[in-house]
Amino acid sequence: MADTLNFDLVSPERSLASFEATAVQIPGSEGDMTAMANHEPVLTTLRPGVLSVNAAGGVSEYVVTGGFAEVTAQGVTVIAERAMVKADVTQEDMDGIIAGAAEAVEKASEETQEAARKVQSDVAALAAALGLNAA
Amino acid sequence: MPNLSDLKNRIASVKSTRKITKAMQMVASAKLRRAQDAAQAGRPYAERFNAVMAGLTASVGASEGGPKLLTGTGSDQTQLLVVMTAERGLCGGFNSNIAKLARIAAKQLLAEGKTVKILTVGKKGRESLKREFGALLVDHVDLSDVKRVGYDNASAIAQNVLHRFDAGEFDVAKIFYSEFGSVVNQIPTELQVIPAKFEAVTDEGTVYDYEPSEEGILADLLPRSVATQIFTALLENAASEQGARMSAMDNATRNAGEMIDKLTIQYNRSRQAKITNELIEIISGAEAL
Repeated sequence: MADTLNFDLVSPERSLASFEATAVQIPGSEGDMTAMANHEPVLTTLRPGVLSVNAAGGVSEYVVTGGFAEVTAQGVTVIAERAMVKADVTQEDMDGIIAGAAEAVEKASEETQEAARKVQSDVAALAAALGLNAA
Repeated sequence: MPNLSDLKNRIASVKSTRKITKAMQMVASAKLRRAQDAAQAGRPYAERFNAVMAGLTASVGASEGGPKLLTGTGSDQTQLLVVMTAERGLCGGFNSNIAKLARIAAKQLLAEGKTVKILTVGKKGRESLKREFGALLVDHVDLSDVKRVGYDNASAIAQNVLHRFDAGEFDVAKIFYSEFGSVVNQIPTELQVIPAKFEAVTDEGTVYDYEPSEEGILADLLPRSVATQIFTALLENAASEQGARMSAMDNATRNAGEMIDKLTIQYNRSRQAKITNELIEIISGAEAL
């Protein structure tokens, strides 16, 4: 099976998904990337965004909020601080994430201020992409 | 010799105690299974995370000017001990073992002339450390409302600790918790989280491209790694607590059973003695006539 790769999605509380995929779109902090089989080994941090996985059975989408992804020739492991199936994300979840991001901006020191603001805008973009209220 | 109704009352009360301890044991064993599942489910994350961190720190960590969370502040004068215990008692030596380990560590540090600060998680640890180190307790995290520890709880504790670190309140942070060995074996453990230590990687197989830079990733991941370590510790603690409670309650149930047997024998003997006594009285009364 040269054209598939192992996809694993783990969050601190449980392992969410593990299956064979053909392509994985990763919301990297420096920009999105799509990993396919035999990709060069990369380690990237994640921004809050949508992770979508193409597999034989269709496309599965997950919402992740930070963490990192490890891409090797054999597969992709996404280690997300928080991960949910996209369809299951409610306005309530989103509100929690938005509040968390806002709090991080408030608490951030001068050095980390910029990064925290970036996270906040990523979160807002994510909310818009999901068609949820960002306020 | 206590009279019969006293004995009867005692038997009844020990029986109801046995019922309670039996119930607690069964509740603990159900909770233990859940806690073990949670610990199991959390393991892949922690393992992957630590593997990546170990690889990263091996390549970046040695250099000067690395992140403070990794290299430390260059001093170990002020130490923060994060003591994680349960919110409830009646679980054997679980809480006191963790507190004892922390107490020994604190005493040793104080003897070396270091400054010690203690942050407690869980009511029981606070209670037992308050007497001796009351002045050193800087904060307390209450988890008594939390039914199942989640990553959010760990994350909040980590934020608390990191915030203090950023403010320069301490140089070294260690967590104290109990590792789950088995139902009858919980190992009180001390783990240094700041500056972070990772086991050296044995195989240097894959060379990664890093996006952003290695330093950038490290700076992003180090705070998360503190949260991960605390989360793992909380999960281990939860399983240990239930395991300890289960075996403590099992012992208590068995003891109560033995006590009931003893009391029952005593009760029967005294009843027999009383009957014999009465018979003797009747017979000697009849003979006297």
